[in-house]
Amino acid sequence: MAFPHRPDAPELPDFSMLKRLARDQLIYLLEQLPGKKDLFIEADLMSPLDRIANVSILKQHEVDKLYKVENKPALTSVELCFHLPLSLVNADKLAGRTRKYKVIFSPQKFYACEMVLEEEGIYGDVSCDEWAFSLLPLDVDLLSMELPEFFRDYFLEGDQRWINTVAQALHLLSTLYGPFPNCYGIGRCAKMAYELWRNLEEEEDGETKGRRPEIGHIFLLDRDVDFVTALCSQVVYEGLVDDTFRIKCGSVDFGPEVTSSDKSLKVLLNAEDKVFNEIRNEHFSNVFGFLSQKARNLQAQYDRRRGMDIKQMKNFVSQELKGLKQEHRLLSLHIGACESIMKKKTKQDFQELIKTEHALLEGFNIRESTSYIEEHIDRQVSPIESLRLMCLLSITENGDARCSLDTHYGPEHLLTFSNLRRAGLLTEQAPGDTLTAVESKVSKLVTDKAAGKITDAFSSLAKRSNFRAISKKLNLIPRVDGEYDLKVPRDMAYVFSGAYVPLSCRIIEQVLERRSWQGLDEVVRLLNCSDFAFTDMTKEDKASSESLRLILVVFLGGCTFSEISALRFLGREKGYRFIFLTTAVTNSARLMEAMSEVKA
Amino acid sequence: MNRTKGDEEEYWNSSKFKAFTFDDEDDELSQLKESKRAVNSLRDFVDDDDDDDDLERVSWSGEPVGSRTRPGSFQSLSDALSDTPAKSYAPELGRPKGEYRDYSNDWSPSDTVRRLRKGKVCSLERFRSLQDKLQLLEEAVSMHDGNVITAVLIFLKRTLSKEILFRELEVRQVALRHLIHFLKEIGDQKLLLDLFRFLDRTEELALSHYREHLNIRDPDKRKEFLKTCIGLPFSAEDSAHIQDHYTLLERQIIIEANDRHLESAGQTEIFRKHPRKASILNMPLVTTLFYSCFYHYTEAEGTFSSPINLKKTFKIPDKQYVLTALAARAKLRAWNDVDALFTTKNWLGYTKKRAPIGFHRVVEILHKNNAPVQILQEYVNLVEDVDTKLNLATKFKCHDVVIDTCRDLKDRQQLLAYRSKVDKGSAEEEKIDALLSSSQIRWKN
Repeated sequence: MAFPHRPDAPELPDFSMLKRLARDQLIYLLEQLPGKKDLFIEADLMSPLDRIANVSILKQHEVDKLYKVENKPALTSVELCFHLPLSLVNADKLAGRTRKYKVIFSPQKFYACEMVLEEEGIYGDVSCDEWAFSLLPLDVDLLSMELPEFFRDYFLEGDQRWINTVAQALHLLSTLYGPFPNCYGIGRCAKMAYELWRNLEEEEDGETKGRRPEIGHIFLLDRDVDFVTALCSQVVYEGLVDDTFRIKCGSVDFGPEVTSSDKSLKVLLNAEDKVFNEIRNEHFSNVFGFLSQKARNLQAQYDRRRGMDIKQMKNFVSQELKGLKQEHRLLSLHIGACESIMKKKTKQDFQELIKTEHALLEGFNIRESTSYIEEHIDRQVSPIESLRLMCLLSITENGDARCSLDTHYGPEHLLTFSNLRRAGLLTEQAPGDTLTAVESKVSKLVTDKAAGKITDAFSSLAKRSNFRAISKKLNLIPRVDGEYDLKVPRDMAYVFSGAYVPLSCRIIEQVLERRSWQGLDEVVRLLNCSDFAFTDMTKEDKASSESLRLILVVFLGGCTFSEISALRFLGREKGYRFIFLTTAVTNSARLMEAMSEVKA
Repeated sequence: MNRTKGDEEEYWNSSKFKAFTFDDEDDELSQLKESKRAVNSLRDFVDDDDDDDDLERVSWSGEPVGSRTRPGSFQSLSDALSDTPAKSYAPELGRPKGEYRDYSNDWSPSDTVRRLRKGKVCSLERFRSLQDKLQLLEEAVSMHDGNVITAVLIFLKRTLSKEILFRELEVRQVALRHLIHFLKEIGDQKLLLDLFRFLDRTEELALSHYREHLNIRDPDKRKEFLKTCIGLPFSAEDSAHIQDHYTLLERQIIIEANDRHLESAGQTEIFRKHPRKASILNMPLVTTLFYSCFYHYTEAEGTFSSPINLKKTFKIPDKQYVLTALAARAKLRAWNDVDALFTTKNWLGYTKKRAPIGFHRVVEILHKNNAPVQILQEYVNLVEDVDTKLNLATKFKCHDVVIDTCRDLKDRQQLLAYRSKVDKGSAEEEKIDALLSSSQIRWKN
């Protein structure tokens, strides 16, 4: 059990360097302000900062007091950037104090923020800087940009402000780990990020030249290419932990119900946790068995102390006991987590929920599923859950299922529904002629040059989900005779109990197999991505065969732990290793909350 | 830069100790140097925020800070320009740097946009003709960087009349989306609504206006505001919601005033026994219905707070109503009300039990509200499907129902199996034993 890596699996590059870089930059910025200083930190930045520098490092660089700035939901990010400085500056002015103020934007400063500072009349009082901290290694194979706002900003609002941040991050990676000989991508944002990144590289010609590539392939993918996977309930352990307890920046807060004490515990979840590392990718149904086996082994090892003589005992205590204790601690934590997950899931009829999801994915019993969802809404189980199911229904059924369901919802959700529609998470069949009418009206106003841009702006409007057809083309629903053995997974579908191969992962698999999009035209067309699927190869003479088995997958708009597990599985099957770069780790609840206008 | 993991770990650990020795300080210094080296090796990250940054530093403290790593402020000027060696401009000595920057940049639109992307201060003032402005915008859009697109839009917004700006953006959708998002972010609602009006996007206009209610705290003001939303060009479906939203808040305000008064007077039993946890203002419809089923169940239809009145006014479907009422009455352990909820009389006067949500759901909800076994039993018995009934009865330990069902099914094996699940020596065990030894029953197995 627990997937060991193949002996021939390539080594991962050392990403801890990114942490050191970020820390050094921070120190550099702090040193720019000599003397004692107070530091105000935005709440969202706390956890990432925590992974980079601790309080004593800040103190060493003369940070006197630390304040956490709570996010007021009513404020937009732009407003937030001046509220605090404004109130500080004005308070100081009143009190006749003179101080220096600096706003450090991370990862990037925006002109809109500077404009606001200027309008508020504090531009000169406050100086601005950037902490270009955009890549946080959460694990040996997972880099996060910690930009959950990317999803809403781009996929709902159409704001491209983070594309440069992505391009910069890719540029940094190629500076540190050599050029990427093979590039693939799908999605409008992926294409733009790729082009901007190429521009950067050209401008700074020479930096990566002559470097041997460490990572052979890079694959960029937009979240809206595959919403379905992200909307599904997760059943691999790490995904389930994320859905249940919310993993934040690679760590999770286990409450008293898990720790079986009166305290909560903050636990880092990564490959260093030996117990977690063995179960993270497993289907939940296997985890119990594994943990109890592990517990028995541990007991046996403890038991060995009986009958030891004094010398053996001394050895045991000095060499093994610490490790055993550590393992014991981890084991009891994960057992506690499993229990807690089980309790919660039984309470919410998880089995029935999963059954409905699978029916939706496979496209049968639609009536039944619809009435299940309706009932779900009637019972007010959880608004976020209901929204998620509605979106899943709507995308898998291509909007055919009328969403009259929203009548039950309470008026404020009107705004949320409108957002979901705009982002393409709720698809309704827009009468074709309305669209054409608008299009023709606009095109009359347009010169030829701009016409292309109009069309792609409209493509999102015209976007229909062709999930059923795509699913058929790519064989996303495995045909199974008898039980799907979750203990010995045979394909990536195991991450959804054998019912569905994640679309995003299947696309990646197919393209890597062909080393191009050849033969996938129909799929690309069904994904509405005909103009946004690209390949770019350079000569591979310098790339080692080892590096050609390393693949960096970039998820624009977030990826889920289920997708990560599925690709780790694929890697083991094929002898690759995947490295994940995501704007943020996401799941269905986060997607829904990002679209929500009524802050919970 | 080639510290190993172990080294780093040690660094982290040791940095917790604040023991200061000269050696340590030295170490710190070298650490810092290393930091700087690392930072400097990445031009685009730190070193690139060049000239204006130096300016800031000068302006605050009167002398350039960080001169250890950089040449004096004067040279940094040429540094700043050195990234475009193809162009060389003779610096006009003696002119303040700020001005210098403005005079010197004779950049083309594409150069300007590239500088903006790097976060450099770059004056756009010289783009005065509409054609120049639009070219600048096109360059920004074709570079894909949203931050730069917004920077150009800020400039265009300031230097073009809104009619012209709107007209040009209508055919430039990418830029248009950026402007809309920008206006939302800075809260320029007025211009945003003007824009939607110009674009004839009536629904977005309506939604955007409606969104403002979220910022109004005072319930009466909010209600008045919602009133202004009625009649805006929403979709047909949304229009009904807006009307409902208004009516609901109107009701809630009345109910809240009334109940707050009742509660503080302390004369009403229900409020004494179950003090309200929160105000009902701004709660969703279903919560309001629950509240009304909880505190005002028996009121006549004529009162605003009666559940039946809410049901009629907001056309709440039967299923939803029953679910909510059931949950509320079960919470109060008002089993008679629960009973009445499912009792219907036909024209002959016979009573019959009927549940629009299915009795299996009823049982689950009752169980969630800790209904006693006798009550549960009664409803488990009403579940039609025998398998479901048996499952529920087993799950909720309604022994009698399980035993009777097994008997009716003549399923001796299952009854035998169930015997192990009841307490030893209990009445249930006796009942099972009596059945098992009975010769009256013709078991099927």
